[in-house]
Amino acid sequence: MSTGTTKLDVVVSDVVPVNELVTRFHFRRRDGQLLPTFSGGAHVVVEMRDGERTRLNPYSLMGSPLDTREYTISVRRDDVGRGGSLFMHRHVRPGMEMVISYPVNLFSLDLRARKHLMLAGGIGITPFMAQTAQLAAEGGNFELHYTCRTASLGTYADVLRERYDRRVRLYHDDRDERIELDRLLSSQPLGTHLYVCGPSGMIGWVCDRAAALGWPAETVHFEHFAAPQPGAPFDVTLAVSGKTIRVGEQQSLLEAIEAAGVDPPYLCRGGVCGQCETNVIAHDGKFIHNDHWLSEQEHRSCKKIMPCVSRFEGGSLVLER
Amino acid sequence: MGITFRNETFRNDFTFRNSPEHIRRFPFPFHEDSYMYAVNIEPHVVGPKGSVLENLIDVDEHYVAEMQDRALVLAEDPLRCQSLPHMTLAGWDLLELLMEQQALGYPEHFTLTRDGDRWRWINRPLGIDDSFTFGDVSTLPYGPMEYITRQSQGDFCILDQRDGNLWMDAGMVTTQADWSLDFDIGMNFFEWHAPVPLAHEKGIFVRALKFLTNIQQGKPARRLNWTMTINPRLDTSPENYHKWGPDRTTVTPENVGDKVHLRVELQSFWRLPRSNGIVFPIRCYLIKMDELVTQPKWARRLHRVIRDLPEELANYKGLTRYRATLVEWLSKLDDGSPTSPGFGPD
Ligand code: FES
Repeated sequence: MSTGTTKLDVVVSDVVPVNELVTRFHFRRRDGQLLPTFSGGAHVVVEMRDGERTRLNPYSLMGSPLDTREYTISVRRDDVGRGGSLFMHRHVRPGMEMVISYPVNLFSLDLRARKHLMLAGGIGITPFMAQTAQLAAEGGNFELHYTCRTASLGTYADVLRERYDRRVRLYHDDRDERIELDRLLSSQPLGTHLYVCGPSGMIGWVCDRAAALGWPAETVHFEHFAAPQPGAPFDVTLAVSGKTIRVGEQQSLLEAIEAAGVDPPYLCRGGVCGQCETNVIAHDGKFIHNDHWLSEQEHRSCKKIMPCVSRFEGGSLVLER
Repeated sequence: MGITFRNETFRNDFTFRNSPEHIRRFPFPFHEDSYMYAVNIEPHVVGPKGSVLENLIDVDEHYVAEMQDRALVLAEDPLRCQSLPHMTLAGWDLLELLMEQQALGYPEHFTLTRDGDRWRWINRPLGIDDSFTFGDVSTLPYGPMEYITRQSQGDFCILDQRDGNLWMDAGMVTTQADWSLDFDIGMNFFEWHAPVPLAHEKGIFVRALKFLTNIQQGKPARRLNWTMTINPRLDTSPENYHKWGPDRTTVTPENVGDKVHLRVELQSFWRLPRSNGIVFPIRCYLIKMDELVTQPKWARRLHRVIRDLPEELANYKGLTRYRATLVEWLSKLDDGSPTSPGFGPD
């Protein structure tokens, strides 16, 4: 039906360094109105005009859903990534006009839960900032376990401890503190839902242990935005629009399709929502699937690709787009 | 200029009528001379002035009478309104949506004033002026969903989204075409659609679910559905089948024009911002054959559609008993000339 979501014209109202890696950005509406209400766990896609290129990166909203005068996101600088976070850190200044998407929630709370058990790793803390604010306002029952490399990289650990005190438990890698996961998962009351957001290794570990300990799949929730990975350039033929394009080393396939003037659907740009799913018409080479949407079987079948995060290596690729 | 609300009934003496302007704005659901089941979903954006799409939440001349009928249904059967405990937040979302939309579309009839979470709602047609605290259930006479849907035309299903599926976990359903909230509450998308024939084979529902779970805030969608009802009865629930089922046997060549009604449902789909749920308002429009055939194009087209409807669909829509009588009656109004494209009257 349409591409992405409705857009919002915003102005950067503040830029606040949080620690050596993380900076927080505040947005307000240019027309002075309130921003749309959102639910804890939602993200927005931020459009970055970087010279010739437009980058579109998703970031979780971390403010309280009860206050829609501004949206806040936190961006961790990734010196070896494709440049979106560097752009935010280097070029975005207060007063700058930007465009962001309406909020989309692919990591929402299950409101039936009697207790919400949250596990965060590193910058994966951001969706929980909003979710805890939402739950605290409703008198919801939650407990947050947060792992970070060092105390100084424990983004918002101090804020969370101050707000929620003993409902927040911190673990520092440099002090060899570890979540006692099995004990934690085995000692939860009936009706608990588990949420995890962090590096993929952590998500995999938590989901595996939860399954092994008998947690039903519908009580385990994770947010797993894959960042598009750079890779060798490749050529693609878009059969429907009759174009042949080249996907650059630092570009995602979705970005290359957009740069050619074709408007495919997307929501998350992180391989989780399923919107960008595209049929493969012909191929001669190997797919590098990075999404969390298609099943393993679909990956092996070579009939579909998620262009927001996945790539291709080889002779030729023809897509139904 | 405000709406003149009609004083009419949807039961007993059935005094429901459409004014001439309302006949012309009727959402006639057939854009060509035949009908095939399809998902036909499109963006729910504002349509032409004077149509039922002029506002995204439509209020019309039947508003007051429909709200009175709803109150009667609820007094007899409170289970028509249910909300599972985790759905209260979604109820507030819906209250906000309906108050905002009604106040926006009909400022002469509805006013919403907000000062932080202190809200004041004035509903002039129903004589309501309430101040309450948004989010505090104790400041309203009913739960938020029940409160606002007692003041909004159409049925409302609120769906919780989890595990890649949608769950019918709350609703106000008093004007349904032969289905029951009490039966469907707590069911997921596939469970509550189970009785539709033909469609399952086509994987239509898998695609529809995928579409619905991706509905985004600020981008509602809609579709039209239709059936027929004998007498302008809003409440055709399974619970009351004994009241309306026998109506189907009462159609005669003499009373077709007065008794047989085309019933069109305008379903819209909205993402709710706080709860991340989805709400389906299902707005029901009724028009009796005598009124419908005042538009010659509609008379001709409806004749062809009903005549050529596949048997299973006719059965599913409950037309079988009176279809022949209806087709015969309509055929006299069909001179065989072509119909113009599109839904609207000529
Ligand atoms: S845009 Fe969400 S999976 Fe590609």
